[in-house]
Amino acid sequence: MTDGTTEAAGPPARDRADRAVLRPHAEQQFADELALLAEHDDRPRPPGWRLSPWAVTTYLLGGELPDGEVITPKYVGPRRLIEVAVATLATDRALLLLGVPGTAKTWVSEHLAAAVCGDSTLLVQGTAGTSEEALRYGWNYARLLAEGPSERALVPSPVMRAMQEGMVARIEELTRMPGDVQDTLITILSEKTLPIPELNTEVQARRGFTVIATANDRDRGVNELSSALRRRFNTVVLPLPATTDEEVDIVSRRVRQIGRSLQLPEVPAGLTEIRRVVTVFRELRSGMTVDGRTRLKSPSGTLSTAEAISVITNGLALAAHFGDGVLRAEDVAGGIVGAVVQDPVSDRVVWQEYLETVVREREEWRDFYRACREVS
Amino acid sequence: MPRTEFYGIRHHGPGSARSLRRALEEFAPDLVLVEGPPEADAIVRLAADPQMVPPVALLAYTTDAGSAGEDGRAEGPRAAFWPFAEFSPEWQAIGYALEAGAEVRFCDLPAAHQLALDPPADPAGESGSEEEAPAPERIRADPLGWLARAAGYDDAERWWEDVVEHRGEGPSSFPAIAEAMAALREDLERRPLEGEPALPEAYLLRERRREAHMRRTLRRALRQGHERIAVVCGAWHVPALQARVRAGEDDRTLRGLPKRKVALTWVPWSYGRLARRSGYGAGVRSPGWYRHLFLSPDRPVERWLTLAARLLREEDLHVSSAHVIEAVRLAETLAALRGRPLAGLEEVTEAARAVLCEGAEEPLALIRERMVVGERLGSVPDGTPMVPVQRDLRAECRRLKLTPSARPKEQDLDLRRPLDLERSRLLHRLRLLDVPWGEPTASSVQGKGTFRETWTLHWRPELDVALIEAGAWGTTVRDAAGARARALAEGARTLAELTAVAERCLLADLDEALPAVVHALSDLAATDTDVSHLMAALPALVRTLRYGDVRGAPLGGLRTVVDGMVVRICVGLPPAARGLDEDAARELLGLLDAVHEALALLDPGPGVEETGARPGGKTDEKAGEEAGEEPGPMARWQAALADLLDRPGLHGLVEGRLTRMLHDAGALPDASDRMARAVSVGVEPSRAAAWIEGFLSGDGLVLVHDEALLRLVDGWIAGLTADAFTAVLPLLRRTFSRFGAPERRAIGERARALASSAAPAARGEEPDPARAAPAARAVARILGWDRPAAEDGGR
Repeated sequence: MTDGTTEAAGPPARDRADRAVLRPHAEQQFADELALLAEHDDRPRPPGWRLSPWAVTTYLLGGELPDGEVITPKYVGPRRLIEVAVATLATDRALLLLGVPGTAKTWVSEHLAAAVCGDSTLLVQGTAGTSEEALRYGWNYARLLAEGPSERALVPSPVMRAMQEGMVARIEELTRMPGDVQDTLITILSEKTLPIPELNTEVQARRGFTVIATANDRDRGVNELSSALRRRFNTVVLPLPATTDEEVDIVSRRVRQIGRSLQLPEVPAGLTEIRRVVTVFRELRSGMTVDGRTRLKSPSGTLSTAEAISVITNGLALAAHFGDGVLRAEDVAGGIVGAVVQDPVSDRVVWQEYLETVVREREEWRDFYRACREVS
Repeated sequence: MPRTEFYGIRHHGPGSARSLRRALEEFAPDLVLVEGPPEADAIVRLAADPQMVPPVALLAYTTDAGSAGEDGRAEGPRAAFWPFAEFSPEWQAIGYALEAGAEVRFCDLPAAHQLALDPPADPAGESGSEEEAPAPERIRADPLGWLARAAGYDDAERWWEDVVEHRGEGPSSFPAIAEAMAALREDLERRPLEGEPALPEAYLLRERRREAHMRRTLRRALRQGHERIAVVCGAWHVPALQARVRAGEDDRTLRGLPKRKVALTWVPWSYGRLARRSGYGAGVRSPGWYRHLFLSPDRPVERWLTLAARLLREEDLHVSSAHVIEAVRLAETLAALRGRPLAGLEEVTEAARAVLCEGAEEPLALIRERMVVGERLGSVPDGTPMVPVQRDLRAECRRLKLTPSARPKEQDLDLRRPLDLERSRLLHRLRLLDVPWGEPTASSVQGKGTFRETWTLHWRPELDVALIEAGAWGTTVRDAAGARARALAEGARTLAELTAVAERCLLADLDEALPAVVHALSDLAATDTDVSHLMAALPALVRTLRYGDVRGAPLGGLRTVVDGMVVRICVGLPPAARGLDEDAARELLGLLDAVHEALALLDPGPGVEETGARPGGKTDEKAGEEAGEEPGPMARWQAALADLLDRPGLHGLVEGRLTRMLHDAGALPDASDRMARAVSVGVEPSRAAAWIEGFLSGDGLVLVHDEALLRLVDGWIAGLTADAFTAVLPLLRRTFSRFGAPERRAIGERARALASSAAPAARGEEPDPARAAPAARAVARILGWDRPAAEDGGR
C-alpha cells in the first residue's frame, strides 16, 4: 500500500510521488479539486466526512464553483444514481454498486471514498480465496507465539481500520467471495462492531464508517449474496452508457486523462476514431446496428466502455511512437480485433461477418475496413 | 359592492386542490363558477351524491344527426369529456359549493358549440406528445409546469408543493399565480413578433371564444346580484378574465357560432385515462401518487413506502419494516441533497428502487403500475341521466353480479350454469354492439369445450361512449343487439359474413334477430352461384345448428336453409369439380372434407333414425315434415359424391378422396377395384400418386386395417418401373410423411408380413388365392397383364 501521508507532505513531495507511481489514487490525482471543493463547501457535513454530500455529488458529476473554478466530471451518466449513492452513504448505510463489467463500478467507488473520507485505499479485493481474516483481522504469528494474544499481535484488516478511524472501506467484487466470508459483514454492518473474542474486546465503528461494495451481477462463478446481507445494502445499478454521444464523451475524457498520466506524447485523439470504436463496440454489444436496421451476432466478450478506452489508449501509443502522430484507423484496428475476438473460433466468425456486412457498406469507413482486413 | 375572486388552478393538481379548498372556505362565496360546459349545471348536484366516486367525467355527446351551422364542418356523432379526480381542484370547488350551499355554475363555452366546431388541433387536447410539441404549445398546455421547469423542477407538483404549499400561513398564492400567468401570456404573444412559432390561429380563436364566454357568464352572474363570486379556472385564463373587455366585444366574438344538440351526463372515468395525455389536456402521469398526496397529507412518504412494501409482500417479495425505515431515510436524505423541503415521487421512487427492490427494475414496475398510476374506475349514482341502454346494462350487471373494473380481469364462464350463460350472452350482445367490454380469450381451463368460455373483462371509459352510440339501436342491450344484428345481416354481401352474424346471434341468444338473418341467408344462398362459397359457409351454419341445440336456442328456419344449401351444393358440385388443376383441387379437397365432416355432425347417416336422435320439439316437427320420400342431407350428399365419382375428368386427388369418403361410409362396395383401376399401368404415375394421396389423406390407419387395400397399394408400388417409381416418389413421400410415426411403422410391418406370407390364411371354401397366386402371376406375366388384373383372375 502506498503511504497515506501525501497530503501532509505538501506540493513538491506530491509531485515526486506522482512521478513515482504508475497510477495515483483518486485523492492524490484530484487533490486540488478536493481542496477547492472543501474550501467553498459551506454546507453541513455528516460526521466524519471531509465534504458535504452536495460537494461529493459535484465532485463526481463535475460542475463549476462560485469563483469560476471547474470541477471535472468523474462519472458521466444519470445524475440520480450518484445522488442516491451519496445519500446512501450519508444515511450510514452500506452501498452496493451493481453492474456488468466495465460500467465504472470500481471507478465510482474509488472516487466516492476519496471524496467522502479522503482515502480510497482501505480496499479488500474479493476472490474465491478471500478469507475471513481479510474482512476482520489476522495475527502476527511470531508475536502471537512469543507474547500470546494481544493488541500488538493483531493485524487489522482494511475494514477494521476503517471502523477504527471512521472511514469508508471498499470491497471489490463482493460476490466473488465465498458466501460464509461475505456473511462476516452482517454484524459489522448492522451492529457496527467487530468483536475480537480472543482478546475479549471489540472494535466499535466510529462515525463516518461505511462500506462501498461492488459486484458483478452477470458473471459466472459468483456467490449470490444472502438475503440477510443484501438487506444491509442499498443497491445502485450502474448502466451501460445510454447513448453513443455519452459513451464517446466518457471514452475521450478518460483517454485524455490516461494519456496524460502515462506521459504519452501529445496526440490529438481523433474524435472520429473514438466515435468509430465506440460505434463498433455498441453495435456488437447490442447485436444491432445503430440505425436499428440490421441484426448482428454478439461476440462472447463484454465489450465494455473500459475496453473501448484501452483500445483507444493503445492506439494513441501506437500513433505516437510508431505512426505519424495522428490517431488513424490502422492504430486502433489491431486493438479492436483483439477486444472483439476473445474466442478464436466463434468470435472470429462474428467479427468477419460484421466486417463484411456492416463495415464494408459504410462509405466513410473505407480506411477502417482496409485496416481491419489487414490485421484479421 | 360585489366581490369576485379568481382562482387560477392547475388541472388535477392536488396541491392546487388543497389550497383552493382552503381559500374557498375563507372567502365563502355565494356563487362558484367552474371551468366546464354550462349544460352540466343541471346535473352538477349529482356530484354530492354518496354513490358518486371519482374519477368521473362529464360527458357531452351529440344527439342530432350531425349537420351543423354555416361553418359547421363537424359531422357525425361526437363526444367530449371533462374528467375529474378527487384531487382535481374543480372537483373540490364543486364539492365545497354543494356542501356550503353555494350555487355552482359552469362557465366554459357550451358543449353545443364546442362539439359543433372543428375538433381542436389543440395543444392541450387529445393527442400530441409533450416532447414533440413546440415551446408555445407546451407553455399553454401546462403553464404551471412551464414555470416549474423555469425554476428547475421537472415535476410541476413538486414545484407547487415547494413554492406554494410549504410556505406556511402566508397570504393566498392565487394573485401571484395570476401575475405569473399574465407574464407568460405576454411572453407568448411577443414570440411571434420575434419570429418564433406561435400557437395555431384556429386554436387561438377557440381560446378567445372560450374566454369571452367565461367573461359573459361572469357578467351575467354579477347582474343577477351575486355578492361573492369565486371563479375557478385554469390558471392560464385568469388574466384574460380579469381583463376589462366590453360586453359588446365578447358578444361579437360569440355571435353566429354553429350549434348542435348535445346531452350531458356523468360517466365513470379511469386513472389510466388521466395518466395518458389522451382525452384531456392536463395529463397526469402519476394519478395514484397525487391521490395519495391529497388524501394523506400526514407523513406521505412513510405511508407511501409502507404501502409499497405491502404491495411487494403481496407478490411474495421479502420486504421488512427495516427496509421501509431505510427507504424513508434514503428518500429524506436524497431530498435534502437535492435541496427540497420534502421527498417527492422521484425521491421516493429512487429509495424504493435502491432499498425495497434491491436495484431490480421489475418490482419497481409493479409499484409504478399499481401505485403511481394506481388504476381505478370511478362510479356514478343511479340518478345520473343515462341513455336507456346504459341503464339497462347497469341493471343487467347488477343482476348478473358483474362489476366493471379498470384492470383487465379474466373470467371463466361455465355455460351449464344459468348465471354464467346469461353473462356470456350479455358479453356477446355487447360485442355485437361494438362495446368490447369482454374479449374472448383462449381458455385456460379447457382448450375447446362447448360449455366453457374464458373472457378478459376490461372496462374503459370510452366504452360508455360506444354504449351511448349503441343506444341508437334500441333501449335495452338485448333489443339493441338484435337490431344491430338485423342491420348487419341486411348489409352483408357474402355468405361468410352472414354465417358469422348468425353464429354471433346464436351466442348472444337473439332469437328475434335470427329469422331475419336466416332469411337473408337463404336469399343470398339462392343467388350465390359459386358452389365453393356455399361449401365454405356450410360448416359454420352446421356448427350454429348444433351449438344452438346445446344452448337450447330455437333455430327457426336455419335447418331448412342448411338443407337447401346441401341440395344446391350437391347440384353444383359436379361442374365445380371438373377440370381442376393441382391447387384448385387441393382447395376443393379442403371444402369437401369440411362439408363432409359438418354433415356427419348434422346427420349421423342414413342408417340412423332422425326423430330419435335429436331432442326438442322443433326437430320432431321437422322430422315429421321430412318423413316422406325426402332423403336426409347426408344421403343426398353421398349420392352426389357417388354420382360425381363416376364422372370423367376428375382430378386424381378429388377422385381418391371421394372414393375414400364413400368407402368409409360403406357406400362403395368396389373400393379395391377402383383403387386398382386408378393405380393401374394405364394411368399416368403422377395421377396415380395424386389419387393415393387423396385416398389416404390424413389417415394411414386404413392401410393397417384393410389388408386388401394395403395389398393393392403394395402391389402398385412394387409394379412400378424404375423411372415411374422415381417420378411418384416425392408424391408418395408427401402422403406418407403426414402419417404419424407409429402408423408408418405399423404399415411397414404389415407390408413385410404381406411379403413373407404371400397371402392371408385360407378362408373357408373359397379358392385359396395364396396358392393360386404364383400360377396366376405366371400366367399374367405371360399374357403381359399386370398384377391387378392377376388379382382379378385370382378370384
